[in-house]
Amino acid sequence: MASATHSTTAYLRIFYILLVLTIVEVSIVYLHLPRILLVVSLVLLAVWKAALVAMHFMHLKFEKKTLALVALSPFILCVFLILMLMPDIFAR
Amino acid sequence: MSDVAVMHAGAEPAETPLTPESWGKLGMWLFLAGDAMSFGCLIVGYGILRRASKTWPVPSDVLGINLTALMTLLLIVSSVTMVLALAAVQDGDRAKFRKFMSFTILGGLIFLGLQAYEWTHLIGHTLPEHNLSFSKDLFATTFFVLTGFHGMHVTGGVIYNSCVLAAVSRGRYGAKHVEIAGLYWHFVDLVWILIFTFVYLL
Repeated sequence: MASATHSTTAYLRIFYILLVLTIVEVSIVYLHLPRILLVVSLVLLAVWKAALVAMHFMHLKFEKKTLALVALSPFILCVFLILMLMPDIFAR
Repeated sequence: MSDVAVMHAGAEPAETPLTPESWGKLGMWLFLAGDAMSFGCLIVGYGILRRASKTWPVPSDVLGINLTALMTLLLIVSSVTMVLALAAVQDGDRAKFRKFMSFTILGGLIFLGLQAYEWTHLIGHTLPEHNLSFSKDLFATTFFVLTGFHGMHVTGGVIYNSCVLAAVSRGRYGAKHVEIAGLYWHFVDLVWILIFTFVYLL
């Protein structure tokens, strides 16, 4: 397991992906896309980057599946938080 | 007793901890889950306030995106040096560990310096130019609360990493402790990736 978690080339590969994704993000802002397209693409890219950091740098990929539930719990709660606040946002 | 566990072929016995090699790691994951909820509440609150406001400046017009993109890269690089430090200490290479851990700490310090520069520049020049006030506009208030809360985490991370560097150098801490410190540091990086998108880019 230890050998699977630390390979310098694998870490650098993740770094290059993160680097490219960040450049893409900033370029998207300067493209002045339609608002909905901008929001969807940027949120997807951010989630992708966050997932890469969690899976590879935080080794979530190599942990037990149940630990992923611990890691995901705040995001599930945040979805509920947004749903509960929906009436406040749209009923005005 | 153990025969029962063997009978359930493939199933894990109930006693196996989530992180068998160290309880500290599970403790850090639980802390981070709670901490993520704090950040989650702040980001959701930011979204609600922004949606409910009649006027909201385009963030990329007010905030310097190029500098922040650089800060994002800086945190990502310091995350990479952190995993390289962990790999070094796992291989028992103390000198290499000290080098990469120092780079990680340095990355955090430069990030804080850039944030201090960004804040003073915003408060002194950019916000007044856009007729925005440090304390009266939700745009500015939510910005400073979110980035400030994150900046405090970076400060904590720099102190934490420095303590780990000192303890490993004295032989009191091992790879296990570095991995736990790494979890915290990568989390700070992960949160900044989200803040960069929601506060600066959108």
